[in-house]
Amino acid sequence: MVEVKIGLEIHCQLTGLSSKLFCPCQCDYRGEVPNTTICPICLGLPGTLPLLNKRAVAFASMISMALGCKVQERITFYRKNYFYPDLPKNFQITQYNAFGITSIGADGKVDLGAKSIGIRRVQLEEDPGRLIYENADVNANFYTLIDYNRAGVALVEIVTEPDFDNPKDVRLFLDKVTSTIEHLGVCDIKLDGSLRCDVNVSLKGGKKVEIKNINSFGDVEKALRYEITRQKTMLIREIEIKSETRHWDDARKVTMQSRTKEEEQDYKYFPEPDIPTIILGDQFISTIKAKMPELPDERKIRFLKDYALSDHVAKVLIDNKELADFFESTVKLYPSSPNEIAHWIISDLLGLVDDSKKEERSLLSGLRIEPKHIAELVKMIDQNKVNRNIAKSVLSQIARTGEMPSCVLDKMNASLIDSESKIAEAIDSIFELEISAVRDAKHNPNAMNFLLGKVMQMTRGRADPKITLNLIKARLARME
Amino acid sequence: MPNHLYHLTANQVTCGIRNGEFSAQEYIFQILERIEKVDNKINAFILVDKQGAIEKARSIDKRLRDGGAVGELAGIAVGIKDNICIKDLKTTCASNILESYIPPYDADVIRRLKENDAIVVGKLNLDEFAMGSTTEFSRYGPTRNPWNLDYVAGGSSGGSAASVAASECAVSLGSDTGGSIRCPSSFCSVVGLKPTYGCVSRSGLISYSNSLEQIGPLGKTVLDVVMVMNAIAGIDENDQTTKPIRPIATRTSEDISTSNISSKYTAGQNKRNITIGLVKELIQGADPAVSKCIYTAVDLFEGLDCKCEETSMKSIQYALASYYTIATAEASSNLARYDNIRYGFDYDPEGYEWNTYFSNVRNNFGDEAKRRIIIGSYVLSAGYYGKYYLKAQKARERIRQEIKSLFERFDVLIGPTMPILPFKIGEKIDDPLKMYQIDIDTVIANLAGIPAISIPIGFSNSFPVGLQIMADYMGEQTLFDVASFFEKIVDVRRSPEI
Repeated sequence: MVEVKIGLEIHCQLTGLSSKLFCPCQCDYRGEVPNTTICPICLGLPGTLPLLNKRAVAFASMISMALGCKVQERITFYRKNYFYPDLPKNFQITQYNAFGITSIGADGKVDLGAKSIGIRRVQLEEDPGRLIYENADVNANFYTLIDYNRAGVALVEIVTEPDFDNPKDVRLFLDKVTSTIEHLGVCDIKLDGSLRCDVNVSLKGGKKVEIKNINSFGDVEKALRYEITRQKTMLIREIEIKSETRHWDDARKVTMQSRTKEEEQDYKYFPEPDIPTIILGDQFISTIKAKMPELPDERKIRFLKDYALSDHVAKVLIDNKELADFFESTVKLYPSSPNEIAHWIISDLLGLVDDSKKEERSLLSGLRIEPKHIAELVKMIDQNKVNRNIAKSVLSQIARTGEMPSCVLDKMNASLIDSESKIAEAIDSIFELEISAVRDAKHNPNAMNFLLGKVMQMTRGRADPKITLNLIKARLARME
Repeated sequence: MPNHLYHLTANQVTCGIRNGEFSAQEYIFQILERIEKVDNKINAFILVDKQGAIEKARSIDKRLRDGGAVGELAGIAVGIKDNICIKDLKTTCASNILESYIPPYDADVIRRLKENDAIVVGKLNLDEFAMGSTTEFSRYGPTRNPWNLDYVAGGSSGGSAASVAASECAVSLGSDTGGSIRCPSSFCSVVGLKPTYGCVSRSGLISYSNSLEQIGPLGKTVLDVVMVMNAIAGIDENDQTTKPIRPIATRTSEDISTSNISSKYTAGQNKRNITIGLVKELIQGADPAVSKCIYTAVDLFEGLDCKCEETSMKSIQYALASYYTIATAEASSNLARYDNIRYGFDYDPEGYEWNTYFSNVRNNFGDEAKRRIIIGSYVLSAGYYGKYYLKAQKARERIRQEIKSLFERFDVLIGPTMPILPFKIGEKIDDPLKMYQIDIDTVIANLAGIPAISIPIGFSNSFPVGLQIMADYMGEQTLFDVASFFEKIVDVRRSPEI
């Protein structure tokens, strides 16, 4: 086994804020006319000064705490200097720990069960604007359009230690971090580009290769598998692996050497003089702690205890806050069978979700199923009004129409036949047709099951199996 | 109506207008006429806002006629250094790079001046981006010293000092990063204050070196400077480095100032029993023509109950190196935004690839700005950060500590503002090191973040000499008390013949 080391850099937009990181502009730029959610500050006009958003500091502190980091008492901002047209000041205000730990969070740990992943730092920084090309092939354009609406939007960067040795753990970690961020309510992860991930991969302690431009978390695992294979092949062929930045090609699912050869950039970091060092203080930290919502780990423990779910079921639900919330709303409506409800959600409901939706982590958006539907369905199952097979088709019907299960069943005319007289009629006809089986059934349980199957077939599965079986037994007894 | 209204101090102007001795309009017409007449010799103004000034004067007169209220600075003609943004007026920083830049907002100080009914008459010349000590590095040519037109006015706020000295405006605003208000104040014989860091909002001041600079007033008298400070000082939510004006009690605070709690400054209080520290290193390093003048003044003070004692400030040896390292580092980053994409000057990007266009644009900086960008980039680059930038910060901290301990013993520290007299235009422009060295006396206050004022103290070979007074952090009131006391004793106020 070749030793693999993977580290992650996750960028999370604080979409839960209403304004940008350093100015009062609206931070929701999605769908806005280009260059309209801007002001002299986020445009970096001469003479403007950054005004730090206090709630952004609170949000970043919450993320830090949730990832097991120590929230620093003193935090400082730094300038990262580089020239790029999407960067209004030609420097980015960020945080930097090379001259002492001054990022909001540092030294955290995320438990993945079998192992834990170190969090090197959690920091606040500003997003740049966006370059827009008319032609998808960047080099074919004669001009570039710039939209500064995104410039200055608050980002939290989470940097892990290179503690991963396989892509699967990366996936587990990302699921957990995503769920944590969702539970904190700081970022709407469903929005395009609100959560991004760059990865670093090195083999056998060799040179580090960075992969950028991975658009979805699902592709992170694919990009890593590709990159590890690529580097392994190079090792076998004794080709030197260079320290470089590669881009993930979304269409071809391969990593590509960046067209512009990014040399080792010197960002000339130095402390941002316009934002004084901030001393957070115990009171700030204890206020944040008191306001922290229930986190995934705590919620899971509660699910195991209160609903007696299995560890696996609880994990699947909680890895996606949408599912966990759906589950709890359903249980509220029908508290008798939490386990049955959980299974309906994670197997049957999820089965109706497209893979593309799974990537977006917006599972239920296209479906018209609500907690009340599942609650009623499970209740009907518990009351033997419908069997599981029919319930499944009812569910897929609800997904399209949003009707209540009882309504769907009525239309399908599929409710269980529990009237003994109706079942008896069916039994009569089967007994006439299957004379030899009836004879055998007196001694052979298999033949009895055969008769049951025939009755079910005749009623298209709607006969209550228990009642049917009892009636068959009674009729056989009468025959003796 | 007195003749030559333009010679009046700011205080006299606003009193005269309020008392109905003359109207704001009459006064402003005289000011505009004066500018017209003398500025072709001085070159203090980059832009004169005639129309805006007249409109403002008319509105003040109308309000007074209608019995309405007017602000504290009603009718006073104020000139603004051209690195402070005024909405809808060109703000160039005396640079080609910002030749056609029109800010969409007012600097906080401008908002406050306007609220106080001061009349902004125009934008004043400076060294490009405030980088210089003579105003020779301006794309609009040097500002000339009103006392001798062949000589430099000092800088970088040369326009701010020369315009007040030549009575083209009553008061002005400058900015001071390493002496840029005090140097020209000394060379032109006006009063100029560099406030405590955080006392005046920098919002709207086009940054050269954020951790060092402050906007400050220049005027003919200490009182005028105090009046402007009362308008512009205070917390601004658009500048998170501003702090409440709360003078920090010094050892003899009870003797020096009784207005510790007040947020308004006062001038003209006759304060006695002041303990003055005369900084040995500053006075020894000065030209004898300057130091002689300072010693004469010190003798005067000593005769008037002031305790004057020579003291040493050892960390001065690190001051210049520390200053130029920090200032250029911050400058290199601040000036990075000038890529002509969002604003700047007329230069069509059509046909250029981004990198080429960017290089061509950046070539429009003047020599001194380029020099400082290069030095600043160097001291911040990987591998040199510890050797230069960090070391400079350590030196800065040491200077701060030494200053702090000195203010345990002294109410104020004094010395010459400039180590030399004004020199001929062109004399030092080719020798950057020599040019940097004349900032030695002034950079200390910027590094320590303390307030410092330059007041006229006399003339030597018919050139003005300024006395620099420094006080402890937030000790503006102490400065004003001492400065107005000295001002009264030495009484050197006169106007140059132009």
